[in-house]
Amino acid sequence: MSAASIKESSATTPASEAPLLVVNDLKTYFKTDRGLVRAVDGVSFTLERGRTLGVVGESGSGKTVLSRSIMGLLPKRDVERSGSVKFEGVELVGADTSLMVEYWGDQMAMVFQDPMTSLNPVMRVGKQITEGLRQHLDISKDHANQTALALLSSVGIPEPERRLRQYPHEMSGGMRQRVMIAIAIACGPKLLFADEPTTALDVTVQAQILDLLQTQQRDRYMAMILVTHDLGVVAGRTDEIAVMYAGKVVEKAPTKVLFSNLRHPYTEALLSSIPKISDPSHTRLKTIGGRPPNLINPPSGCKFSPRCAYATDKCRTEEPPLSAPDSDGHQFSCWFPVELSAKQTAGVR
Amino acid sequence: MAGTGKAHLSQGETVLRIEDLFVEFPVGRSGLKVSAVAGISIDVREGETLGLVGESGCGKSTLGKAIMQIVTANSGQVLFGDIELTTLKGEELRQTRPRLQMIFQDPISSLNPRRRVGKIVREGLDIWKIGDEASRQAKVLEVLEVVGIDAEAAIGRRPHEFSGGQCQRISIARAVATEPRVIICDEPVSALDVSVQAQILNLLEDMKARYGLTLVFIAHDLAVVKNISDRVAVMYLGKLCEIATPDDLYASPAHPYTAALLSAIPVADPEVNPTLRGGVGGEIPSPLAPPSGCRFRTRCPLATEKCAEEEPQVQEVRPNHFVACHFPLAEGQDLPALEANIA
Repeated sequence: MSAASIKESSATTPASEAPLLVVNDLKTYFKTDRGLVRAVDGVSFTLERGRTLGVVGESGSGKTVLSRSIMGLLPKRDVERSGSVKFEGVELVGADTSLMVEYWGDQMAMVFQDPMTSLNPVMRVGKQITEGLRQHLDISKDHANQTALALLSSVGIPEPERRLRQYPHEMSGGMRQRVMIAIAIACGPKLLFADEPTTALDVTVQAQILDLLQTQQRDRYMAMILVTHDLGVVAGRTDEIAVMYAGKVVEKAPTKVLFSNLRHPYTEALLSSIPKISDPSHTRLKTIGGRPPNLINPPSGCKFSPRCAYATDKCRTEEPPLSAPDSDGHQFSCWFPVELSAKQTAGVR
Repeated sequence: MAGTGKAHLSQGETVLRIEDLFVEFPVGRSGLKVSAVAGISIDVREGETLGLVGESGCGKSTLGKAIMQIVTANSGQVLFGDIELTTLKGEELRQTRPRLQMIFQDPISSLNPRRRVGKIVREGLDIWKIGDEASRQAKVLEVLEVVGIDAEAAIGRRPHEFSGGQCQRISIARAVATEPRVIICDEPVSALDVSVQAQILNLLEDMKARYGLTLVFIAHDLAVVKNISDRVAVMYLGKLCEIATPDDLYASPAHPYTAALLSAIPVADPEVNPTLRGGVGGEIPSPLAPPSGCRFRTRCPLATEKCAEEEPQVQEVRPNHFVACHFPLAEGQDLPALEANIA
């Protein structure tokens, strides 16, 4: 109990009324030999403590780069990052690495996709947990070890004393992901990124890890950004969902509103292309024609227009802006949004 | 999990009939052995799609490879029609290859990057000297068009010029070119995005209808398997748990493991609270030291002493619904809710 309570007493940042995270028109471009890749192309949202945002998209939609860009975990070279990321009012775009080091682990932390390659294979698990504690919290070695022990049991690892002395290869994938979560929450961050945290895991273990993330997020009152390609993973576990396509948020809404009242044709197509366990076998799947767009030479107008069943000439020439939130907090960028009755055809359960 | 037994095997004609198959791998120089497939009996009927599901390490891919004779079985039989494959060697085994094809998980690395697509698809025809030059070329163009690739443009290109989904289409074209009877599909859609996954699943259904194929479809995604299969077999630690038609199996699973798997699937519906489901805690045990009796008992909420002592045999609980469990779930019976897996 550790880390969170220690952190409160030594907190340096005054609690403010403003949202924890305000992202405004964030762009992240990569310079490559073939041209500029617009991986994140103008994303804005705010996130408050205790809330969970799901970021959903297919590979290449920019969802992973978005979370890395917010956290400042980008290559030093050949990257153009512009816009604004305010964390408790402090601007992080353009911030010096020395400032970011204060935030990483302490204020914001990330659980990565692949627990095998994200842990140091030649360092004992205990050391990997206490490393961040000692760096940020100015506590004794003994105290750090005690905290690590408490953390391991709080993430559901049996025999934590023994596990602390083990190396990552001695653990299963699910165990390693629990260790990753323990490391991420060790210093009591206010914002937790989970980037495809369960993609490498089996379905029964996936359910356990998602439960664990949810429990920890609630108990520690963290904000969480859950990045995934699986709409099923975010459906029951997020407050809000942002659907990304070609580096932009194309639809954003509170989770229940999005599923009951989706407006963007891409969200509709994505949902109806997933085989549903409730459908009889051999149900013909609806598909999205074509393939994800090239981010170096994206299509003109709406980026989804070449694959969209409803596209018109206007869609192919003019890019629709993300609409202002309606009374439900629902935003979408489409000239001809799916009508409300579409929820039946989208086949949400 | 179960178990052994052959109650579920059909008495009639089968394309593939696997009996008491064991596949063991030595572990380093330790002298230990992992039984990846530990006594599986299963059959595949003409024209059906048999889905094989289970978590990683359950032996589903090894079973697929053992059918293909890519790995050698330690004991047991694989009957393809009336040919016993496990004892075939060399030229005789090779003769079965055009009739028994395979599609792999990673579409990009399963195509030779230095060959042109036309050559990749044609190779089987050349090797087997099927038809003459012109008919081979016509066949290549035909199968490429059928899988949705612009054949004229594609034959001169190499795999890296295609996306993952297109490479998987090319793999399918290659597999159907020699007009096989059976195709083993080993996780053919798990490397693909959901929008592409749907295209490939529909394509496999089309290919099956067009060429009269029999498919063995191996995957870990239960929703995908339900969509494509005529029968589904659930595996755990090298053993068979349950086999039934998908609609029956998913509506009322009889094996606690199947029930747990089903309840662990994330549902794309915010009205469903994912933390209030039944399920299992823990992880798959080491296959080096599998539990005695039923292999699932260490995670099973219903396990008793009998499960530790006696391995359950496959039995028919409902018509065409077979399960290897001492205490199968009745229709409509739920698994007990999961105790918090966080201490």
